[in-house]
Amino acid sequence: MPSSRVVNVVFAGLGGQGVIKASDVLADAVFRAGHDVKKAEIHGMSQRGGSVTSDVRFGPEVLSPMIPAGEADFLVVLAPSQVENNLHVLRPTGVLFPPDLVPESALRNKRSLNVALLGALSLHVDLPEEHWREAIAASLPERLLQVNLEAFEAGRAAERARAAAGGRHGHP
Amino acid sequence: MQTVATKAPVRGLWSGDEAVALAALDGEVALGTGYPGTPSTEILEAFSAAGGRAQWAPNEKVALEVGLGAAYAGARVLVTMKHVGVNVAADPLFTAAYTGVDGALVLVSADDPGMASSQNEQDNRRYAVAAGVPMLEPASSQEAYDFTLAALELSGRWRIPVILRMTTRVCHSKSVVVRRERPLPPAPPPSFVRDIRGRVMVPGFARPAHRKLREKLAQIEAWAETSPLNRVIRASPALGVVTNGISFQHVREAAPEASVLKLGVVYPLPVEALRRFAAGVERCVVVEEGDPVILEAMRAAGIPAEGKTERFRFGELSVERVRRILAGDDSPEPPPAKAKPPELCEACPYHPVYGCLQRMGCIVAGDIGCYTLGVMEPYQAMDTCVAMGASVGVGLGLRHVLPEEQARKVVSIIGDSTFIHSGLNGVVEMVYNPPATGHVLIVLDNGTTAMTGQQEHPGTGRTMEHAATGHVSIEGMARAAGIRNVDVVDPVKDPRGFEDLLRKRLASNDLSVIVARRPCILAAADIRHYEKLNSEKAALSAAPGCSACGSPDAV
Repeated sequence: MPSSRVVNVVFAGLGGQGVIKASDVLADAVFRAGHDVKKAEIHGMSQRGGSVTSDVRFGPEVLSPMIPAGEADFLVVLAPSQVENNLHVLRPTGVLFPPDLVPESALRNKRSLNVALLGALSLHVDLPEEHWREAIAASLPERLLQVNLEAFEAGRAAERARAAAGGRHGHP
Repeated sequence: MQTVATKAPVRGLWSGDEAVALAALDGEVALGTGYPGTPSTEILEAFSAAGGRAQWAPNEKVALEVGLGAAYAGARVLVTMKHVGVNVAADPLFTAAYTGVDGALVLVSADDPGMASSQNEQDNRRYAVAAGVPMLEPASSQEAYDFTLAALELSGRWRIPVILRMTTRVCHSKSVVVRRERPLPPAPPPSFVRDIRGRVMVPGFARPAHRKLREKLAQIEAWAETSPLNRVIRASPALGVVTNGISFQHVREAAPEASVLKLGVVYPLPVEALRRFAAGVERCVVVEEGDPVILEAMRAAGIPAEGKTERFRFGELSVERVRRILAGDDSPEPPPAKAKPPELCEACPYHPVYGCLQRMGCIVAGDIGCYTLGVMEPYQAMDTCVAMGASVGVGLGLRHVLPEEQARKVVSIIGDSTFIHSGLNGVVEMVYNPPATGHVLIVLDNGTTAMTGQQEHPGTGRTMEHAATGHVSIEGMARAAGIRNVDVVDPVKDPRGFEDLLRKRLASNDLSVIVARRPCILAAADIRHYEKLNSEKAALSAAPGCSACGSPDAV
C-alpha cells in the first residue's frame, strides 16, 4: 500500500468475536511503526451479539476517525452473515478478507480467527513483522499468545495460498 | 502523584475517555466520581487503573454533589456521566453555577448523537447555556487531554464548574496523545474556608450570586474571544466553515480547501471572533452535529451564516454527510447498512423472566439496561422504556387509571443498578400512593451494571476496584420502605416457582417486590473471583496477630 496516503481498514463481525480486539492490534502495530492512526467503533448495545464494525485509518495525517463508504482499502470480516452488508465500504480495488479465508482446521482455537485474518492482512500492509508481534503480545494474556501467533502464521499461509490460486482480490 | 503519572508512557494511542483520565491524573485531580453510562464509563475506569482515586456513585446527582463538596474544600474534581445523566445531575448543576467552586470541578458530559447506546440524542450544549456554565469540546484524544487540563485551569481561575462535552466518536475513538509533564501548578492541599454568603443559596444570597455568575460569564466570554482553544485555519476565502468537536475532523477531510473556525470553547461563544471570521469569507457555513446551537447564536448576533437542513439534525455527522451539507445536497441519503440488532445473551438469566411475562400477557413498564432487550424478538415483553428508574412510576401511573382487568397485568421491571440509581424513589411512591390493585415490581438482579461493561454498584457491596465495602440490600431497602411482600428467587433454577409467585402476586391487591437474582453470565466468573479474594482478605485481617500488619487488634 502506498504510504503517502491514508490506509483504511474496516473490521466487521458480531459482538464477542474479537472485532474490536483485531482493530486494536492493527492500530497498535501501525502506531509502533510511527504512523498517525485513528480507530473508531461504537461500543455499548452492539456488544450484545449484534453487528460490530471498527475502522482503523493510518498514514501521515488522519483526520476523521470514520472511513467513508467506498473508501476502505481492506475489509476484514469475522462472521459469514456480515460480509454482504459491509461490502459497500470497499473501494472498487479494495480487498476483502472473508471469514472462510482461513479454514477452521488450520486453527488450534477457532476464537483466534481475528488474529488469523490479521495475518492475512499483514501481507498487504508494509509493516515490520516485529510490530505485529509486539502488538499481538500487548493485547492478549500470555497464555493465549502462542496459539494466536500460530493463528497469525496460518492466516499468512492462507493468504499466500489465495494469491497462488489467483484468488480474486476485489469484490467477490 | 508523580510516580503514578510515570506509569503510562508519555506518548500513546488512547481513546478520548482514556485521555481525559490521563489529564485528570497529570492535573492532580484528587477525586473522580460518576455513574457508568456509554460512552463515558471508561473515563473513571482508566483514571482508577492509572492510580487515580475514583468511585462510582449511586447516580449522577449524587456524584456531582460529592464532587461539589470536594471542590468546595479546594480539591480538583472530575465528575463523569453520559448526556442523559446530566438530566439527573441538573438540579445541583444549576445552583453550583451560582456557588462556584474553590478547587476546580470539571463535569464530563458524554453525548451520544446517533444513539449508539442511549434512549435519546439530546444535545447537552444547551445545558451550558441554560445553567450558565462554560463548556469546552475536544475533537480528538489529544484535545480531550489538553481540554481537560484547560477546563481544570478555567474552573480554578474563575471558580466555576466547567463542562467538558464529549461525543461518542471522541470518547471511543483512539488517536495519538502526547502527555505533558506537570501541566498545571501543584494543587494546594484541601482545607475548609467558610463562605456562607457564597455557598448557602437562600434567596438573599442567591440573588447576588446570580449577578456574580453573569459577571464571570462576561469575563469568560471576553477570554474566549482570544483563547487558543478556538482556532482559525485560513485557506480559501470562498468558503468558511464554523465547526466544533468531531465535525471539525470531517470538515477538514471533506473540504481541505475551506477556511475553518474551529470552536473549542462552545460556551460562551466568541461572538466577535465569529463575526470577523464570517465577514472574511464569501460563504460561511456552520457544520455542527445535533441542534443548530452555534447557528442560532450567530443569527441572534446578526451574523449571516448558512446551516444544515433538518435531515442532518439527526444522527452523527460523517465525511459523506459534511460533503452533502457543504454542497447544499438535501437529497435522500443511502439507507444505513443492514446490521444485526443486539439481543439478550444466549445464557442470560433473564430469558425465563421474559418468557413468563410474555406468556402471561403482562403490560410491562421497563427500564434502562441489558434487560431492555426483552423488547426484542422473541419476547417483545416490554411496553415502555423512558428513563433510569422510570419503570416504577410509569407502572404505578398505568395501574392508577387502567380498568381493573388491565391494571392487574401491569408489572414494573428494573435492573439492580438501575434500582439503586433511581428506582428507590419509585418504591417510596409505591408505598405512599398504592394503586387499588396493588403493584408488582420485578428487580432483575444480575449482580452487576451489565450493559455498560459490568461495573460495581452499591448493591454488589464492592468498590469500583472490586474491594469489599458497604453493601446496600435491594430486598432490605424494599422491606424498609414498607413493601409487604418481598421475595428473592432464582429464575433459572426455579422458573416454575417464579411464574407461580408472579401469578399469585398479580392476583392480590398487595404491593410486591420480586428480586429475580442470578449473576450475569458474562460477569459470574469474575464475581466469584472477587468474592473469593475479598473473603480471603477479610479472613486474613480478622486473624489475631496476622502477619499483614503485625497487630493483634486488626479489623
